Amino acid sequence: MFSFIIRRLLVAVPTVLALITVSFVLMHAAPGGPFTNERNVPEAVMENIEAKYNLDKPLWQQYFIYVGNVAQGDLGPSFRYKDFTVNELIESSFPRSAYIGAWSFLFVMVFGVGLGVLAALKQNRWPDSTVMTAAMTGVVFPNFVMAPLLVLLFAVTLRWLPAGGWEGGQVEYIVMPIIAMATSYIAQVARITRSSMIETLRSPFIRTARAKGIPRYKIVLRHALKPALIPVVSYLGPAFVGIITGSVIIDQVFSTGGIGQHFVNGAINRDYSLILGITILVGILTIMFNAVVDILYTWLDPRVRY
Amino acid sequence: MTLINQQRKIVQRRGPSGSGIRHSVQGVVVLLVTLALAACSEEGEKKAGDEALAAADIRAPEARFQEHPESGERLARKQVLVRGNASEPASLDPQLVEDTVGGAIVVDLFEGLTRSGPDGDTEPALAKSWVSSDNNLTWTFHLREDGRWSDGTGVTAHDFVYGWRRAVDPKVGSNYAYYIESAGVANAGEIIAGEKPSETLGVRALDDFTLEVSLDQPITYLPDMTVHYTMFPAPRQAIEAHGADWTRPGNMVSNGAYLLHTWHLGEKLVAARNPFYREDDQTIIDRVVYVPIESASAELQRYASGELHMTSTVPVSQMARLKKERPAELVMAPSIATYMYTFNVNRPPFDDVRVRRALTYAIDRNIVVSYITRGEQMPAFSLTPPYVSGFDFRQPEYATWSQPERDEAARQELRKAGYTDDNPLEFELLYNTDESHKALAIVISQMWKEKLGASVTISNLEWKTFLSQKQAGNFGMARHGWKGDYNEASTFLTLLTSDSGNNDGGWSNPEYDQLLLEARSSKDPNPYYVRAEEILWQEFPVAPVYFNTTVALVSPMLKGYPENNARNIIYSKDMYITAD
Amino acid sequence: MLFSDKHAGMGELADTLTDDAYTEGRSLWRDARRRFMQHRAAVASLVVLALLLIFAAFGQHLSPWDNESIDWASLPNLDEDGVPSLASQHYFGLDPIGRDLYQRTVQGSRISLMVGVLGALTAVIIGTLYGAISGYVGGRTDAIMMRTLEVLSAFPFMFLVIVLMAVFGRNVLLIFIAIGAVSWLNMARIVRGQTLSLKRKEYIEAAMAVGVHPILIVLRHIVPNVLGVVIVYATLLVPEMILFESFISFLGLGVSEPYTSWGALISEGADAMWTAPWTLIFPMLMLVLTLFCFNFLGDGLRDALDPKDR
Repeated sequence: MFSFIIRRLLVAVPTVLALITVSFVLMHAAPGGPFTNERNVPEAVMENIEAKYNLDKPLWQQYFIYVGNVAQGDLGPSFRYKDFTVNELIESSFPRSAYIGAWSFLFVMVFGVGLGVLAALKQNRWPDSTVMTAAMTGVVFPNFVMAPLLVLLFAVTLRWLPAGGWEGGQVEYIVMPIIAMATSYIAQVARITRSSMIETLRSPFIRTARAKGIPRYKIVLRHALKPALIPVVSYLGPAFVGIITGSVIIDQVFSTGGIGQHFVNGAINRDYSLILGITILVGILTIMFNAVVDILYTWLDPRVRY
Repeated sequence: MTLINQQRKIVQRRGPSGSGIRHSVQGVVVLLVTLALAACSEEGEKKAGDEALAAADIRAPEARFQEHPESGERLARKQVLVRGNASEPASLDPQLVEDTVGGAIVVDLFEGLTRSGPDGDTEPALAKSWVSSDNNLTWTFHLREDGRWSDGTGVTAHDFVYGWRRAVDPKVGSNYAYYIESAGVANAGEIIAGEKPSETLGVRALDDFTLEVSLDQPITYLPDMTVHYTMFPAPRQAIEAHGADWTRPGNMVSNGAYLLHTWHLGEKLVAARNPFYREDDQTIIDRVVYVPIESASAELQRYASGELHMTSTVPVSQMARLKKERPAELVMAPSIATYMYTFNVNRPPFDDVRVRRALTYAIDRNIVVSYITRGEQMPAFSLTPPYVSGFDFRQPEYATWSQPERDEAARQELRKAGYTDDNPLEFELLYNTDESHKALAIVISQMWKEKLGASVTISNLEWKTFLSQKQAGNFGMARHGWKGDYNEASTFLTLLTSDSGNNDGGWSNPEYDQLLLEARSSKDPNPYYVRAEEILWQEFPVAPVYFNTTVALVSPMLKGYPENNARNIIYSKDMYITAD
Repeated sequence: MLFSDKHAGMGELADTLTDDAYTEGRSLWRDARRRFMQHRAAVASLVVLALLLIFAAFGQHLSPWDNESIDWASLPNLDEDGVPSLASQHYFGLDPIGRDLYQRTVQGSRISLMVGVLGALTAVIIGTLYGAISGYVGGRTDAIMMRTLEVLSAFPFMFLVIVLMAVFGRNVLLIFIAIGAVSWLNMARIVRGQTLSLKRKEYIEAAMAVGVHPILIVLRHIVPNVLGVVIVYATLLVPEMILFESFISFLGLGVSEPYTSWGALISEGADAMWTAPWTLIFPMLMLVLTLFCFNFLGDGLRDALDPKDR
């Protein structure tokens, strides 16, 4: 186990470097630069701005400067938010998204898996169809519909909750972001859990256990749940990264100040350093949680070996 | 806690969790707690009280006034103004600000020589008076002596010199460096190009309270130009002490009615009353909260739930409903901005003036402004808006025709140009992704299709792709919006001169260039402007659609909103919040 | 349907390899079809999906309007004149700039159904094979394939779209490339996870011991056994890809006006839902309907193809 983790950590370095390289090249291939503006500034002014941000240097040189800085933990100044460095932007926004994301993830696990198991056990009976109908409706409610609907209901009409803001992450400010974030994931997890649970319940070892007269709930909890969770874990590994890095819609609708807004705005503004910084963050998280998922596999199914 | 460290911590905690379910549950709990603490420790403000709006800044002090000193209206207990602000500013450094959202904050934090009055006209601010001599080549501004920075030190002419030099300094890299150059300040161009040191800029302090500006070329509207934040003073003491971090709360020193209090990126920025401001005893609003909300419909919902006093815009799709339901709160201020379509005159079919004329005629502007934008925009047949101060606004003859007459003329022009039903006009219209640009492009292209039988392809492009295609001249027809930098007609008309960096359509006319050059130094530039507009009415380098308005929702409790300021500069200190 | 064809192909391949006789009294395919036909919800879904396809292909003939003309007469007062009505023959009402929503929904259906099905298919084919191979082969190959996947999934996808757009210009084909590029990543991870667990099952180990070619093991034993999860995830992908398309359109790469898609209609509707709820409701209904159909269809297919039931 320990050597597995060490190995993964070592491989992470070239993986992140590959990620930086590909992203760097593609980013610079995109038309327009960070300082392309509606108001076309004179060439001399543009040259001064580009020189300030090292953009006047040849691309390969910019690349090495950047990688060198990243190696020292410096993600560079943001090109769009000129008063901030990328490190500061991520430090201020990521904890917020991660906080909302962590709660959402908890709900996704509890409700997604719980409802999925319930539906599987009552297959083709009313709890199953109710849960699955709700789940499918949840899947098609994208958060750009869900978020404004929640605001319309709870903030504008009922006035129970504030329509936006963060205020230190107090409960009333994060309830709606969490619901908007979690709904479609809960629906998807419930659906995957149900199907994988049904399949597991059909397998010979469960039939054997049942034949032995072991109570049903024990079969489910002791024997069926673990193997049934494998696809759920495969799905949630990458989804987890998506959940804790937030969503642009949620940041825009609720002004949460999370990191999700930077994904889209960074790309639209061609804020090279911000986008690369976020890419590195997402890359590291992805690598981390994929490793966690791989470890979970060996626990869920002891036959799995690497 | 740096990011990298935080992740390592998570790795360490998550690592051994594979060994059993108890460990794994612990791992998840630890992870959640870590994340929760990371978020909570950042700030721990407590919400209390019953006023939803005051919740935006609950620590705000009780208001100093119970009643308005002049009108006697009963004032709200807490004077916290919450403003919708469309996005996060690029910077709060007056010399680096480059967007309207940044401008909105900076005009509250800083004060320049002049300011924009309630009707958009230029008024004295820190300068009490100014004179020009030497045929408008030298300008002398006499400063008030009671200007104070928020650290208590006095604002002097040296601070202006310092600020202006920063604006053109290549090392500062200001986007608006060209603004100083376009004001004609001596040596600005050479300094920007790195040929001269910034100390040679044509601005100097004759004494602490006298600022002298020398120009390369005469200009009559320099005082109007000083309303702009690029020409604000800069606090040398703070900038030298904190370097690039000087715009942070705690570091920033400013000379306006407010000072920077807190800034949570993407959530809110709070400005607090500056006790050293020269008119602080008259400022009623204690705190201003700017909320960056990028989606106009999200902003509207925040307003509808009572969390904003004013929005920065209103979604076009909601205009009809709001006009019915909240007519009193809907403010439509004229704005010095023109919405138009630019023709690429170097590319067929737009190299033919008859095609340009036909397309310009066939736009039914009344339908556009009455049923699409719905914000009391004014149909535009010329380039410069009538709201521009001192401008002799006239309209071309076709503005007086009825739409059927224009349509008929358009069809004739197109026939003359050789386009028939068998050989229809074909072109592509570019716009950047946005609900209102899209609606306009669809409606107008549909008019061209139905009236002229033209075959129009409309394409939306993501913002920067759109800009780079447009600036490279790689388009046939493109959406174009132009907002004046200052309140004078030249800010519009110079858009289409041959040497303009923003003349993307490539139209060029020597007489037009000459007229604008002469207008610069003329005592009365209006005859030149009128003649220049007349050339545009013949040549149609652009198809004007409407003169813009700034549409916003303003709470009935908020008083003093400048409903007629065409420059859309809103000073929070001029407003106040009533009790009901 | 496509899944079953593919499986039929594999079944036949398997038959040819094991038996010289090509024709068999009761083929696996026929068996599967019989089981599928017994799944009533699945059959009903198939019918509804067929109707949806007919709607997308021929629905425009049922209305006198078209998808780009503006109803100028109704434009001044859309809140009242724009409501769905049989009298005005705007069955789904008008969109926020006065165009017939029914015709736009019909036209959007074509794009969205194509995007959804294509996204799911790419995921099923590439994702399944990639994941199965990675998980089955294991070792260094697995490591490399999975690290590649990590790079791809952390990659700032928006730039790919922007660059594609800049290099190739606007082209409907590019939407499918962009959608295909992302849709299979999670699928590959899910399939790999299943494969890792399947690999140690007795029958796979038996096949290995007998010396069956690894490719055949993957195709004959691994893939059919992960199909259950694959199908469920694929049905979830359909609406996801349909909505994802609207985001690509936002970047300028997707469909361009006057053409539209369900995703674009839904996001327009979300903005206008206060005043014109029908602009949200109709496209959402179409999406929900499609999802339910694919979902039941997926259940039916899975039951029909489940090797354990054979």
